[in-house]
Amino acid sequence: MIALDDIDRAFLRALVEDATLSAGELGRRFGLSQPAAWRRLRRLTEAGAIRTRRVVVDREALGFSVTVFLGVKLATKGRVSLEDFERAVTAIPEVQTVQHILGIYDYRLRVVARDLPDFERVLRRRILTLPGVGQVDANVLLSEERRPGPLG
Amino acid sequence: MQADDIDRRILRHLMAEPEAPVAQIAERAGLTAATCWRRLERMRAGGLLKGQEAVIDWRALGYEVEVSLRFTLDKTNPRAFDEFIAAARGVPEVIEIQTFLGRVDVRLDLVARDIAHYQEVYRDRILALPHIADIEALMHVAVLKADEGLPL
Repeated sequence: MIALDDIDRAFLRALVEDATLSAGELGRRFGLSQPAAWRRLRRLTEAGAIRTRRVVVDREALGFSVTVFLGVKLATKGRVSLEDFERAVTAIPEVQTVQHILGIYDYRLRVVARDLPDFERVLRRRILTLPGVGQVDANVLLSEERRPGPLG
Repeated sequence: MQADDIDRRILRHLMAEPEAPVAQIAERAGLTAATCWRRLERMRAGGLLKGQEAVIDWRALGYEVEVSLRFTLDKTNPRAFDEFIAAARGVPEVIEIQTFLGRVDVRLDLVARDIAHYQEVYRDRILALPHIADIEALMHVAVLKADEGLPL
């Protein structure tokens, strides 16, 4: 775990908005020299503070107007069935995120589709045919907002 | 703006590898660097490509616990959604707010340093949010896929 000061938090907040900012740009914005900003950026990166980058697109304009979250319960459990399920589910192109969770479901999936009939196709042909899949519950995403969280 | 097949191809390669330089994306998409660059600029100007965000690894920052809280709200009050969401924005540990059509009305994604910290946030801040009819908690164990790519 890495300890953060106010400038580190400001760097991370800025990178959440725009991951392509260079050390020079970050330094100018927060009053640091380019080498000092670069050292901070390297320290944050080496500590693994940034998991990945996400390309943000206009999903609707690209023809994907429906996002659905699925809660999936496995019907059969055991190490082998978990591995089979995980391998198969992460390979589905329409499945954007897969989270293993504890609670009333085993997995939480974020699924993108062109429209509701397209979602139905993905659900029937790809999700309900997954190895070990049991009960599935669906909620259609209406709005989403990402917050700075404890960095704010 | 409408995306054609070449735009989709560029986006597919960019989403697979957001940090790759334009020359590399161009090569993968079978284009010259100049054409690829021009198209990226056009997609940015047309609002199709909005940018890149850094995804924070909260565990690396010392937030070991991540919980999805799924709320059903008391919809007899017409202001329930707005007031709930406005209050949820005031909880610093909340990193995502989503609204749904389905059995769940709103989902909050919450991070905490440990279980004790989570308990404290849950009791003092979450249970104090207005118009809650029911809450379900799902604890995140692992993220298996989180790129949010599109099946272009």
